[in-house]
Amino acid sequence: MSVAPLPSNLPVLKPGDYATNQDVRWCPGCGDYSILMQTKKVFAKLGIDRSKTVFISGIGCSSRFPYYMNTYGIHSIHGRAPTFATGLKLARPELNIWMVTGDGDALSIGGNHFMHIIRRNVDVKILLFNNKIYGLTKGQYSPTSEQGKKTKSTPMGAPDYPVRPVSIAIAAEASFAARAIDMDVKHLEYVLERAAKHVGTAFVEIYQNCNIFNDGAFEYATDKATKSDTTLYLEHGKPLVFGKENDKGIRLHAMNPEVVSLREVNQDDLLIHDEKTPEPSLAFLLSRMRYPDFPEPLGVFRDVEHERYVNLVRKQNEEAIAQKGPGDLQKLLTGNETWTVE
Amino acid sequence: MTTTFDPVQAPPAQSNGKTVITLPSVTVRFAGDSGDGMQLAGTQFTDTSALVGNDISTLPDFPAEIRAPAGTPAGVSGFQVHFSSTDIFTPGDAVDALVAMNPAALKANVKSVKDGGIVIVNEDAFGEKDLKKAGYAVNPVEDGSLKCYRVIKVPINKMTTEAAKDSGLGAKDIDRCKNMFALGLVYWLYGRPMDSTLGFIERKFGKKLPAVAQANALALKAGYHFGETAELFHEQYLVPKAKLAPGKYRKITGNEAIALGMITASKLADKQLVYCSYPITPASDILHELSAHKNFNVVTFQAEDEIAAVGAAIGASFGGALGSTGTSGPGLALKAEAIGLAVMTELPLVVIDVQRGGPSTGLPTKTEQADLFQAMYGRNGECPIPIIAPASPSDCFNAAVEAFTIATKYMTPVILLSDGYLGNGAEPWLIPDVSKLPRITITHPKESNDASGFMPYKRDESHVRPWAIPGTVGLEHRIGGLEKQDGTGNVSYDPANHEHMVRTRQAKVNGIKPAGTDILWTGPKKGQILLVGWGSTFGAIKAATLELQKEGIAVAACHLRYLNPLPARLGEILKAFDHVLVPEMNLGQLRMLLRSKYLVDAKGLNKVRGQPFTITEVVHGAKAVLSGEVEIAVKQDSTSLDVSTGGE
Repeated sequence: MSVAPLPSNLPVLKPGDYATNQDVRWCPGCGDYSILMQTKKVFAKLGIDRSKTVFISGIGCSSRFPYYMNTYGIHSIHGRAPTFATGLKLARPELNIWMVTGDGDALSIGGNHFMHIIRRNVDVKILLFNNKIYGLTKGQYSPTSEQGKKTKSTPMGAPDYPVRPVSIAIAAEASFAARAIDMDVKHLEYVLERAAKHVGTAFVEIYQNCNIFNDGAFEYATDKATKSDTTLYLEHGKPLVFGKENDKGIRLHAMNPEVVSLREVNQDDLLIHDEKTPEPSLAFLLSRMRYPDFPEPLGVFRDVEHERYVNLVRKQNEEAIAQKGPGDLQKLLTGNETWTVE
Repeated sequence: MTTTFDPVQAPPAQSNGKTVITLPSVTVRFAGDSGDGMQLAGTQFTDTSALVGNDISTLPDFPAEIRAPAGTPAGVSGFQVHFSSTDIFTPGDAVDALVAMNPAALKANVKSVKDGGIVIVNEDAFGEKDLKKAGYAVNPVEDGSLKCYRVIKVPINKMTTEAAKDSGLGAKDIDRCKNMFALGLVYWLYGRPMDSTLGFIERKFGKKLPAVAQANALALKAGYHFGETAELFHEQYLVPKAKLAPGKYRKITGNEAIALGMITASKLADKQLVYCSYPITPASDILHELSAHKNFNVVTFQAEDEIAAVGAAIGASFGGALGSTGTSGPGLALKAEAIGLAVMTELPLVVIDVQRGGPSTGLPTKTEQADLFQAMYGRNGECPIPIIAPASPSDCFNAAVEAFTIATKYMTPVILLSDGYLGNGAEPWLIPDVSKLPRITITHPKESNDASGFMPYKRDESHVRPWAIPGTVGLEHRIGGLEKQDGTGNVSYDPANHEHMVRTRQAKVNGIKPAGTDILWTGPKKGQILLVGWGSTFGAIKAATLELQKEGIAVAACHLRYLNPLPARLGEILKAFDHVLVPEMNLGQLRMLLRSKYLVDAKGLNKVRGQPFTITEVVHGAKAVLSGEVEIAVKQDSTSLDVSTGGE
């Protein structure tokens, strides 16, 4: 379990207690600041032990995150953060490990590891800052950039079809998948807290604005004038309702979702969100809903329990010891067949 | 269960009127289709020979394809065993007895047989079709082309079928026992007992597949008794036990020895071993072996790729465990960036490279030593890493323990360069007494309330930084691939600091003291010619040196176990000889290092045929240098050699 209840005699932690003495070097106005702040808030609220926490990142703007958290940390190499996190968890199952990555780091160069850390359920919290652009290398398109995106490396528009991070996580058997947005700090805090409390790998996609190279990428979802119509806040057990007047909903028509008006359709006919259902098809279907055809869901898509990888691995050690007894090195080196020279 | 065999040479059940001849050493090769069970027959013969007290050295030689087209030369799998009553160092140059299960096996191997040597052919597999598949127009057994050998035709298929007919198995399954018939026959020929193999058959099949066990045992015994009673052999040969150093022995391959060495290091250091690997020939057996010993609290992780394997190992090391990854050349290439991170973060890590023929996919099942430069230099930036190269299969055990000792003592990745020949080859191993092995001392800094903060890059006099592990209150710190300010470990782009750090990392590696023998020496301290080698060429070079000495040549062999840093006294050593010859299974990588570091006119004896050196090849090479020849294709059987000189 990642978060144990605190004994009452411990000093109360404040978000500032998790800050390091290093200057934060993201561009002024970057969405990363908000994510860093909400993370510290959640850590303080849950009283998370700094000395037992490790932040691991790859390469990219988001991957500077570990330098700003006064915990243990590894700023590793491009795309490979899941590998270091997996090895560390295998060696130290009791540690609270968080991974910070970006759309390029996780989905392009690190696509392979991303799938495996999720399907193994390594019990690492994964924060994917999705800004739909390569920021650190100054503005090339990323695997989540929309088709036709004009960037430095695609002056005639990106020919690539984008991937959807939550869809990939669910396809990779994620036990927890969620989405939040940097500007909605209360909801972001809620989602981060849910991730922290999940037992197993928790995947969180965070829409994050890069105000230098891709400013306004999520404006549709943050602008007060439009956001009620372009986003949908998921709540477990509740019908999928959205809109400024809460007058719209999502209904299933054959195998496809459709937007309906509650003026014409009874609320009982809407899809009901169920983050706990073992069958991931509903979560997957929600992960496919994309602006402008649909409101984009925010919140927890899926939260189920899977056996954690490290438990399965450690059980094998325990079973081996139960069957063969604790290892006797002299016996091992001697083996089954020997001869003696006088 | 430990079975201890009496070292007395088991006498043949009865010699049956045949002449018994005692030989000092013999080389046997089993050859057949890759599905014929030749590796198993060879391994069993090796085990038995070791148990009766011979010195042994083996060379398994198999194709990369699991089942190449049956009966073709591409699918031939061989296993060579050299067993002896004296110390031996190689799997043998020429073969005394060859078992050829089909024409393709005969064709691929008969050239290795000594004149007058024994060639046992399975005559049931020499039909027209079989001959055609092997590319023979006429039957070589009939046309006199093998007249310099003693060819013995045995109907192995028929005899096996007859022997196992009451086992209840179908014809196809019975046919699969013919390797046991061949093994039994060779057991008789060399007066070896069958007990060990009978025990093996019982353990492997006895409970689950009793009919299979029975059929195999019957085939083995039938082969033995066939040798005894048939009038095909007039002589039987004995190889007395070897006079090895006293003590208890077992047989071990290089890959087994590495696995056992790693577990031993973990016990000696009182640390958990976390071995992370992606399957690759010829290194996978290390993963298999370690996976079988989880009761030693070993964690094995089969990663999604080579990069994940090294990343996980580094993650485990950050957590305070013994992180390690094993691979072969192509995998080492993929791991390069992460190994650079381990150099930058100064974390302990052991990287094992069981080298194979390259470049690219190359010759996956064949041996080569062409990754030395990759190990030395195959990373971006100035990225020094200590390199240890074991000299024999059993030496892989020591090398693994030493690699962890250095990795943890100096907070550095270490590369252990083995190769396919060491990894799969076997020899006797004097089992070490665990209680006498030196402990590996590791200290982690303790909890701290120091408000001025923890200094993760504060170094000791050997430039080694502390290994502070997560979970320790007050030592929270961040490491990573960006250049670090010395002392604080904070990110720093300062030019002077970068130069200081590059030089400090180099100085740390340059100052590493070996954790075991750095040079294996044979011969006088000065003389006409010095043979300098590293890795698996040890046996051939040593044996060649002893032969050359018998001829009155002032020759010595200097075998390097530590390739980075090179032994401090090596420069002086090289100067004490008129000539320096470096035999290597590459185009001269160690030679180039020696030439550049010591300005010595080292010559190269270079072979890249996927096969280890023979003793004769090294002897010829040394003589060629002494006779002043510049470019020589040394005789022996082929163009396998090339003595290259001076410049590149």
